[in-house]
Amino acid sequence: MSNIITVKDMNLWYGDHQALHNINIEIPEKSITAFIGPSGCGKSTFLKTLNRMNDLIPSVKITGDIRYNDADIFGKDVDVNSLRKEIGMVFQKPNPFPMSIYDNVAYGPRTHGITNKAQLDEIVERALRDAAIWDEVKDRLKKNALGMSGGQQQRLCIARALAVQPKILLMDEPTSALDPISTSRIEELVMELKNKYTIVMVTHNMQQALRVSDNTAFFLLGELVEFGKTDDIFSQPKDKRTEDYITGRFG
Amino acid sequence: MKKNQFIEKLIHGIFLLLGLITVGCVLLITVYLVISGIPAIKEIGFVDFLFGKEWASTASEPKYGILPFILTSIYGTAGAIIIGVPVGFMTAVYLSKMASPKVKSVMQAAVSLLAGIPSVVYGLVGMLVLVPGIRKVFNVPDGASLLAAIIVLAIMILPSIIKMSITALDAVPKEYEDASLALGATPIETYFKVSVPAAKSGIAAAVVLGVGRAIGEAMAVMMVAGNVPNMPDSLFQSVRFLTTAVSSEMSYSSGLQRQALFSIALVLFLFIMLINVTLNFFLKREKE
Ligand SMILES: Nc1ncnc2c1ncn2[C@@H]1O[C@H](COP(=O)(O)OP(=O)(O)OP(=O)(O)O)[C@@H](O)[C@H]1O
Ligand SMILES: [Mg+2]
Repeated sequence: MSNIITVKDMNLWYGDHQALHNINIEIPEKSITAFIGPSGCGKSTFLKTLNRMNDLIPSVKITGDIRYNDADIFGKDVDVNSLRKEIGMVFQKPNPFPMSIYDNVAYGPRTHGITNKAQLDEIVERALRDAAIWDEVKDRLKKNALGMSGGQQQRLCIARALAVQPKILLMDEPTSALDPISTSRIEELVMELKNKYTIVMVTHNMQQALRVSDNTAFFLLGELVEFGKTDDIFSQPKDKRTEDYITGRFG
Repeated sequence: MKKNQFIEKLIHGIFLLLGLITVGCVLLITVYLVISGIPAIKEIGFVDFLFGKEWASTASEPKYGILPFILTSIYGTAGAIIIGVPVGFMTAVYLSKMASPKVKSVMQAAVSLLAGIPSVVYGLVGMLVLVPGIRKVFNVPDGASLLAAIIVLAIMILPSIIKMSITALDAVPKEYEDASLALGATPIETYFKVSVPAAKSGIAAAVVLGVGRAIGEAMAVMMVAGNVPNMPDSLFQSVRFLTTAVSSEMSYSSGLQRQALFSIALVLFLFIMLINVTLNFFLKREKE
């Protein structure tokens, strides 16, 4: 399996405050990578760097090298909008647009120039099926998305991200606002999705990381302390700090 | 304990009284306008009054048709909206979403200043700059015209449209915009496809507020529109608005003429009530 993302010696500052120190990581294609670590250690910051959402914060400064499919994501000829189309994102808080369910999912494809009704219908259905929510919403596609439950909204947001056919899906604590049933549905879904997509997921739930991910990265105070196969990280961590954290003696 | 309760009640009563004063004023004005506006309409005839094309209140055989005023007010307001809304709306999108904080604060201060300028000053500048300008540019005998009034009104409604639209656009949750950008939409696409639709009822309310301001304005339009009771057949016609129809004859009117002026005021009042109801409708929808 080849690496779809390679990060070398990456540092990030919010103004004078350095939030990430010297990050090095290689994320394999079509796998699930989990980011764990205590609050404020920089997981979200790092995740948002990968699809350049941090560009929107004026004070952010980044050094180092980040490659997506061997191309520098900050390269001069890189169109940030195309990059974000390929590296989709699901946010911690479900954030469907205040539009119909259908329009939510069709938003991305429409933005990227698809106007044919039949084609859109097909994309919307496939995305909703992939996100395991089709059966629940197929009879009310024209209803406002804000009328759905939190768990449904989050799966809709996943469908919306899938509809632009990304290569990578970044998920920032996608289940932290959800009940156990919605959470396990999304976990199942994520494991399904890895056949087609590369998934990078931030989670505070150790069990979740263990259940779903192939590789795990442990962050602490802006540093990437340890990265490796999930089973190894949880059964025989190399670093003392990782061990303290996963055994609950920390954070 | 008892004393406290008494004070509570007293204060409650005072506030209620103050509230009732406002309501009382509105009721008083409404009742007064209806009572004093109806007789002339009855005497002149409902249709002749509203749809009569000629206003000649001081002729030996007076005519009291206010269609010229109604149409002028409608055209003038519509024209101001057609110019003022796109300009104000685009400015609001720029200030709310694109401008740097520095530019935003400077321009917002300028907008507030524009809102604070008394209408007589708008009228004065219109008279001295706009009216001669129109005469020269379009080569017409008199620049005091419907067009001049439309331009002045458009500028006068800008501040309220800009301010209310900015408030509505600023209130759009950032999560919506982030979601759109993360899907690969450009910032401009995001503003127009996500932010603006999410703020649409606030923006609609801003437009209605602008309509209200434009239709109720008297002083500035009196100074630049020529104030002649013509039908508004062309942009370059000298015209008179509903507001100015009342104010310009009030001081020397008497008898039926004076009563007819009250009827005009009643018509204007009904227009503004209608606009207020529409505004409240949008504001309520915004809250939901
Ligand atoms: N927009 C911002 N401006 C300034 N500092 C920020 C900003 N966002 C995050 N930070 C800082 O960067 C550090 C890392 O924050 P980040 O949100 O990445 O942590 P996290 O690991 O995702 O935490 P959590 O688990 O609570 O979500 C924190 O010290 C935070 O205060
Ligand atoms: Mg976070």
